[in-house]
Amino acid sequence: MSRSHSIVALCALGPALLPATTEAADDASALRAELQSLQAEYAARVEALEARIARLEAASAAQAAAADVPADLTAAAQADIAPAPPSSDSRSAATAFNPAISLIIGGSYHTSSRDPEDWQVAGFMPSGGEVGPGERSFNLGESELTLGANVDPYFSAMLTAAISGENEIEVEEAFVRTLALPAGLTAKAGRFFSGFGYLNEVHAHAWDFADQPLVYQAFFGNQMAQEGLQLKWIAPADLLIELGVEAGNGSAFPGTRRNRSGLDATALFAHVGGDIGLSTSWRAGVSWLGQHADGRTYEDVNALGDPVVNAFTGRARTWVADAVLKWAPNGNSAQRQLKLQGEYMRREERGELAYDIDGSGLADAYRGTGSGWYLQGVYQFRPRWRVGARYDALDTGTMRIALVDDGVLADDDFPLLRAASPDRVSVMLDWNPSEFSRLRAQYAWDDARADGARDRQFTLQYLFGIGAHGAHKY
Amino acid sequence: MTRLMRSVLALTILLAGLPAQAAIKVLATTSDWGALTRELGGDKVDVYVATSALQDVHRVEAKPSLLARARTADLLVANGAELEIGWLPVLVRESGNRRIQPGAAGYFEAAAQLQLLEVPARVDRAMGDIHPLGNPHVQLDPRNIGIVAKALTARLAALDPANAAYYTARGHDFDTRWQLAIARWNSRAAPLVGAPVVVMHRDQVYLCHWLGLDEVAAIEPKPGVPPSAGYLGQLVVKLGAQPPRVILRNAYNDPKAADWLAARIHAPVVLLPFSVGGTPGAKDLFGLFDDTLDRLLAVAK
Repeated sequence: MSRSHSIVALCALGPALLPATTEAADDASALRAELQSLQAEYAARVEALEARIARLEAASAAQAAAADVPADLTAAAQADIAPAPPSSDSRSAATAFNPAISLIIGGSYHTSSRDPEDWQVAGFMPSGGEVGPGERSFNLGESELTLGANVDPYFSAMLTAAISGENEIEVEEAFVRTLALPAGLTAKAGRFFSGFGYLNEVHAHAWDFADQPLVYQAFFGNQMAQEGLQLKWIAPADLLIELGVEAGNGSAFPGTRRNRSGLDATALFAHVGGDIGLSTSWRAGVSWLGQHADGRTYEDVNALGDPVVNAFTGRARTWVADAVLKWAPNGNSAQRQLKLQGEYMRREERGELAYDIDGSGLADAYRGTGSGWYLQGVYQFRPRWRVGARYDALDTGTMRIALVDDGVLADDDFPLLRAASPDRVSVMLDWNPSEFSRLRAQYAWDDARADGARDRQFTLQYLFGIGAHGAHKY
Repeated sequence: MTRLMRSVLALTILLAGLPAQAAIKVLATTSDWGALTRELGGDKVDVYVATSALQDVHRVEAKPSLLARARTADLLVANGAELEIGWLPVLVRESGNRRIQPGAAGYFEAAAQLQLLEVPARVDRAMGDIHPLGNPHVQLDPRNIGIVAKALTARLAALDPANAAYYTARGHDFDTRWQLAIARWNSRAAPLVGAPVVVMHRDQVYLCHWLGLDEVAAIEPKPGVPPSAGYLGQLVVKLGAQPPRVILRNAYNDPKAADWLAARIHAPVVLLPFSVGGTPGAKDLFGLFDDTLDRLLAVAK
């Protein structure tokens, strides 16, 4: 055994050793020559370095002599030769675990050709959110304060509070998220923007226009926050396949909280996404939401011109289709980028509509199927400038109000529910002095008002972010 | 050797070989760290590179395709030092992949292995988009790559113990070739020592530091802030009297500002690969520095 090993070893080494011994003499002289040339080169390099050090020393001496030289410059020159080690003792241990804090300060100057006070979307029950063009003149926007950190190896937590110009603090999102579930699963619990569609999860400061599309305003009162649980799964594939399910307490429009222990506000969503070459990426999805409303009230004016409060009780089912496409030459969005996005929503509400709940209290069957969509494009034509256009439209669709069909009440008793197809065109231009600041001008031709009058809206908006460098979702 | 022993040995080799067939899935954030992982992991790793040398890695989108890769990765090789802060944290958080969460064995940051340059004494965004942890563009000093290679070899061996010997051998082989290459580059670059250069953004700092280039100005007045006409005018005045030997531009930079300045101060613009894949010559890590030096020496001698 051992002898056979030696033979194997010799056979292996032989070819390597033999030429080496025969050519040893040649190699030695070649190596010597190479070494000499290396030495010469190094001597030149050392000489040059010495010259440079001397020059730098002279320069820094000159800088020290000149009293008006900023300290930063001298420090930078020295850092180039001898980097200072990072100082790690500048923070005390008590603050080392502070969460990442970021704050967005925003506001606007707004003009409307019609009174924004009586802005209502035609053909839809009001969603109750802070929708519409907003007040005229200067407005302090919502200041968004976000705190977030890992809790432990298993959870991370985040809070986003919106401090409004009306001096109210609203919890936009407050949730914990798992970090260590197996098999591509992530769970969220708390209050969070529902994962359906595309824009619903995007915080206001990251919108490409100063306001949400009409369909989000009419269908969800801008954005729908769930209070409950979300479970998301990503498939182990090269194409992104993301499936999610949510259950909540149902308090967000179009639902109402129903004083029941069961799960409400179910949401299901699926997203698929990938790349087309180096320059283009995309994502598309389909979502479904099932919600329940119990006495969801809204204000209207009856045929006699008297204010009435009506209420809907029943269920709402919403379908959402969304698609986003981003293009940048070679995927380098620092220079130019085009972003196209669109969403379509369709909602069926079925149940009972009560008329004038504080008065006559008449109630009968109701069924409505409304829809809406928007399409927008934003183009960054040079590094700090973006221009965008958006078209949005809504359609009341079919609506059966038994109280009207049976002749108990007239069409004019429900003016807000009169069939309509509101739409709007918006254009915007924004300038981003840095990654952390944005100034925007937006103009809109709004044909969505219930009174049928066109509203021309102009908005100047500012958004500034301070604190931790945020990372944005796709 | 008995027949039984042989069969046991054969079976052991076969079993040890099994996990090796399922290569470690690696998501590397830049082409440089992707290339290094391939050098060290050979056919035992399946590397996907998230960005190209033609992209500003600081300004990348958290694309769906990257989320899908983050989901399946066994190892994330990131540059770190907040270079990818605008997109990587989202991917890692949303991936549903516990293997690549910070602190896990599958989360590796190259910059964490290194002593960074330009660690600011004071952090204020009035100074531009500065990096509190130091300048993150560490890959342009080959000595840094040598240090990261050692740490990454150890990480690969820890993640895939069955192939530890394989990674160690490859790591050793790479280190030998790399140190020889560094000696070769050092001697080639001797004429460049002290050459005054103008950079675009302060992302050539490690190259300048290594080669002893004298960075006399940056075209971006502050990190992430594009130059204004007024600032460029000042540069022309400042550099006109003592023009730099070259103006360095990275493959992903917009050429306009550098070309504008070059025409006025009569200094050549040199396009550098910056990362593997940035120029046709920079096919791998060796090519990155060969090509960088070729291009510098061609004009700066």
